[in-house]
Amino acid sequence: MFRYLIRRLLWAGVLFIAVTVVTYVIFFIIPADPARLAAGQRATPDEIVRARHFLGLDKPVPVQYALFLKRLVIDHSLGHSFTNRQDVNKVVLTAAPVTASLVFGGVILWMMLALPIGVLSALRPRSLLDRGGMMFVLIGISAPVFWVGLILQYAIGFRLGWTPNSGYCDLLNTQGGCGGPADWAYHLILPWMTFALLFAAIYARMIRANTMDTMNEDYVRTARAKGAPESQVLRSHVLRNALLPVVTMLGMDIGIALGGAIFTETVFNLPGLGKLAVQSISTFDLPMIEGVVVFTTLCIIVFNLIVDLLYAWIDPRIRLA
Amino acid sequence: MALLEVRDLTTHFRTDDGIVKAVDGVSFSIEKGKTLGIVGESGCGKSVTCLTIMGLNPKKMTISSGEALFKGEDLLHASSSRLREIRGNDVAMIFQDPMTSLNPVHKIGDQLGEAILLHRDVTKRQARARSAELLKAVGIPHAERRLDDYPHQFSGGMRQRVMIAMALVNDPDLLIADEPTTALDVTTQAQILNLLDRLQEEFGSAIIMITHDLGVVAEIADEVVVMYAAKVIERAPVGDLFRKPRHPYTWGLLGSLPRLDTDTERLVQIPGSPPSLLNPPAGCRFNPRCAYAFDRCRAEQPVLEPVPGEAEHLQACFLDEETKERENRRLQAGSLAEEAS
Repeated sequence: MFRYLIRRLLWAGVLFIAVTVVTYVIFFIIPADPARLAAGQRATPDEIVRARHFLGLDKPVPVQYALFLKRLVIDHSLGHSFTNRQDVNKVVLTAAPVTASLVFGGVILWMMLALPIGVLSALRPRSLLDRGGMMFVLIGISAPVFWVGLILQYAIGFRLGWTPNSGYCDLLNTQGGCGGPADWAYHLILPWMTFALLFAAIYARMIRANTMDTMNEDYVRTARAKGAPESQVLRSHVLRNALLPVVTMLGMDIGIALGGAIFTETVFNLPGLGKLAVQSISTFDLPMIEGVVVFTTLCIIVFNLIVDLLYAWIDPRIRLA
Repeated sequence: MALLEVRDLTTHFRTDDGIVKAVDGVSFSIEKGKTLGIVGESGCGKSVTCLTIMGLNPKKMTISSGEALFKGEDLLHASSSRLREIRGNDVAMIFQDPMTSLNPVHKIGDQLGEAILLHRDVTKRQARARSAELLKAVGIPHAERRLDDYPHQFSGGMRQRVMIAMALVNDPDLLIADEPTTALDVTTQAQILNLLDRLQEEFGSAIIMITHDLGVVAEIADEVVVMYAAKVIERAPVGDLFRKPRHPYTWGLLGSLPRLDTDTERLVQIPGSPPSLLNPPAGCRFNPRCAYAFDRCRAEQPVLEPVPGEAEHLQACFLDEETKERENRRLQAGSLAEEAS
């Protein structure tokens, strides 16, 4: 177990290096000059050279990368933004709770939709409910997220006027007119729905397929032959097994989604990591991009580790070694 | 009164291709404490017969008719709650593949305990004690400790022992064993058969042994039902079946058994393959594969009737007795059985 953890951490380090290197390489392949952008529209060539030197962009790329690593490992700093000199750590840490709010609320909503739809349609294949459920899945998977967001904004936010159309209120901090759990949730209702739809559809289909497969397992027949009532067969024999792979998927998807739900955040103007990433890319703000990448990688690594540990706990056939 | 009396049992499955007549007018009975073997090729309806009796076929697809009287109560028309009371308590079942018949995520002790708690008003502690007792009875070493193990920590043979323990935990009157040794290697097969034999004496349960292995039947059964293409074609006490088989299909089955006491070069093989149950052949279902078939076999379906002079030996065949006697003598001298004598 201990050795397993050590090995996992070493791999996490390798993964981290690989991801950040790739980000650096891609950034320098893009034919753009962040120094020119940083220096402003009417900068002289001289000013641009000075800006380049100030940002450290005149050094060779490997050196820049080494400096980035040194800052990160020794000073625990992601550096400062190219465009506005803000502390990247601070910006990422302000954006992260927004994305986390969106993702965790969204996960709860999507599982609340996917579980009943998936299980019920598996229990009654070809029924009206199954067909309706699979219709929902088809729509959920096909509809582009930004389109769903816009439609929800129009229908629920604008025509019905039930919810705000954009913006974010902090869960705890009540400064600036809005805040607290009620305002927080109120502002996130539409983003949650938008974000959850696609995943709810994918998960409903996955849960349906897994449940149907498991229903045909021999041990489910054994349970019935013991005289167990259907509810107990479903709960303790079918779902317990059918939901094992869902746990893995969930862990990975949460890790990835924490890196920023780009479409949802953009449509609803939520100051989360996704929006930050889009902004930074459009201004060639390398430290900010690396900040988001580092944070996302960390989230994915941590959540995968959690899933693996959890899996060994819920599935007795798996031993970590 | 017989413990279980099955009368004219019919099970049809609705499929996309049409109606599959998986069991077609099957009748047999079994007395308390006896063992009945049901023999036949894969897909002849032997498993479906038993699943129908247990009410374990998928409800939506299945149309069943006939009667299955267990202690006088018709299981085919019992309510699903009554069936649940009977299943695992009065009638228990063991399945073919022990590797997949136990739930991989629950401890053995919990799976055994579940079977007890469903039917008995006992504490978990009592259920656990009973589970350990049963594991010991089926010959699992360190029974107490192994209750906390998961199925994957057991070998195939050990898992089948666990399945048997689970089936016997409520002391059922009838145990249905659906090819319990097919998935096991030969030495383990013998162990499991001996175990079943011993437990039958100890628990006094009647056993229905479904198998395609005549060796198993010879060893354990009192009476044998031979099925072919959803129908019973011969039914006899085990000695009679091996000494005086009446149906050409049974001859084929017996002839395909490898034996050490005759120097047959080739085993007898039944030509062709079993018919589709979507659209079975007219007349006797075995006629396209039968070397003795004549016109009547192709036109008329034989019914299961006693062999002249033998009330307990039933056959569904038009072939005249003289030919049968002659073939019997010939086959006895050649490759066929004295197995049970």
